[in-house]
Amino acid sequence: MSTTGSPLTSPVIQPSADNPHAAGRPFWLLAELTYKCPLQCSYCSNPLDLSGSGTELTTDQWLSVFEQGRKMGAAQLGFSGGEPLLRRDLEVLIREARQMGYYTNLITSGLGMDDRRVSDFRDAGLDHIQVSFQASTEELNNQLAGSQKAFAQKLAMAREVKAQGYPMVLNFVIHRDNIEQIDKIIELSIELQADFVELAIAQYYGWAFINRAHLLPTKAQLIKAEAITNQYRDQLDGRGPKLIFVTPDYYEERPKGCMNGWGNIFLTIAPDGTALPCHSARELPIQFPNVKDEALADIWYRSTGFNHFRGYEWMKEPCRSCDEKEKDFGGCRCQAFKLTGDAANADPVCSKSAHHGKIVAARTEAEQLAAGVAPSSPLLARNKRNQQAAVDIIARG
Amino acid sequence: MIRAEQIPVMNRLYRMQWEESQQSHVLLYPEGMVQLNGSAGEIMALVDGTRSGADIIAALEQKFPEAGDLGADIIEFLGVAHEHNWITFD
Ligand code: SF4
Ligand code: SF4
Repeated sequence: MSTTGSPLTSPVIQPSADNPHAAGRPFWLLAELTYKCPLQCSYCSNPLDLSGSGTELTTDQWLSVFEQGRKMGAAQLGFSGGEPLLRRDLEVLIREARQMGYYTNLITSGLGMDDRRVSDFRDAGLDHIQVSFQASTEELNNQLAGSQKAFAQKLAMAREVKAQGYPMVLNFVIHRDNIEQIDKIIELSIELQADFVELAIAQYYGWAFINRAHLLPTKAQLIKAEAITNQYRDQLDGRGPKLIFVTPDYYEERPKGCMNGWGNIFLTIAPDGTALPCHSARELPIQFPNVKDEALADIWYRSTGFNHFRGYEWMKEPCRSCDEKEKDFGGCRCQAFKLTGDAANADPVCSKSAHHGKIVAARTEAEQLAAGVAPSSPLLARNKRNQQAAVDIIARG
Repeated sequence: MIRAEQIPVMNRLYRMQWEESQQSHVLLYPEGMVQLNGSAGEIMALVDGTRSGADIIAALEQKFPEAGDLGADIIEFLGVAHEHNWITFD
């Protein structure tokens, strides 16, 4: 008895007729139950079109997806959105999924929850609840969320989640307007007895992309926030919440190995049943398959959408001949598309990309705005009223 | 140092189960998973909050008589599991 356990590693898989691109298993299944949400976060990564592109899947359609996914080796199931609590069948979905053997994660804003639901979910077998906060103070939180009652509700629900014995993750999306409060955010998380705290610097997809100039922190802010996080880590010394600081790739010279490789571990199902290799892939000019029309195994292993960026043959220069391509797979396809117009290009975060200047320009803009220069586009809360304005900004480029 | 009479208890953050598709025991936790090898899985499967380290050793020595004396290895593993926070002691 020598070794103990290994963290998740993908075993070497050989191509076969059923799995022509030697894809890994969809270990992580993310069920975006609805795009509806009572909040209006400007950093939301949901698509600009708030109505989604079709009707939401029914309870039975979701259960069929879960069952197929489980057979294919999915072990983690996330219920997210929008706000998943808006689905009245959530308890049924949790109960059935848990019985199939999933580790069930509820990713919520806390709005629409009460003690009763927390306990009903517990009885249904829910394993973990992640509550998102916008900030550590009532005023800023509610302003960012676009709701007067959000903060009080979140506090009450986070306490309830712990009181009922769940593991709890708190998620804070960090951006220019709350990054200076990171110490207070960490203190709040300690007080709420979180098990993990995600301090995730905003990523720029969906609504967050059109609001990027308002969200991207400056380099100086970032360095300071990371240093403060490290101080708390030292101070906590293994006690209290585990702090997870997710750095933004906009200040890197190499991209992240996005989603551990395209169509390799993650499978997202959008509210209308569209299957996606990551939750922002909907923004790509690719026709993705729908679970209403095809079996999940066909979608995952054999659809054109999922095979599009598997392997390395699709790559262009500089990635094609780059010796780092097995590390980062050329970065994020969505970011490449958004910033260069071609999803097969290198992610412009990479300093080898001919478009890296776009990232540098965004950094400069962040500095200027922080120094008081007027922004070229308004900050748009995620709501119906702003939807057209958001679409126009994208159309203008 | 872990003592054989201590009773390991699974940390609430983790849930262990047999994963058919991986033919192994895994520890699942918020948004993650640890795959256990055969012997680690055998030990963890016996952690139920009532058995002591000594009980686990006895049970596994009985299950695998040809393996000989397993005490030191099992205690060592429980130490590692404790370090990883998978288990606590009563
Ligand atoms: S980021 Fe905000 S607006 Fe978007 S789904 Fe989450 S809580 Fe709702
Ligand atoms: S050139 Fe492409 S593969 Fe090489 S480091 Fe940059 S993004 Fe990664």
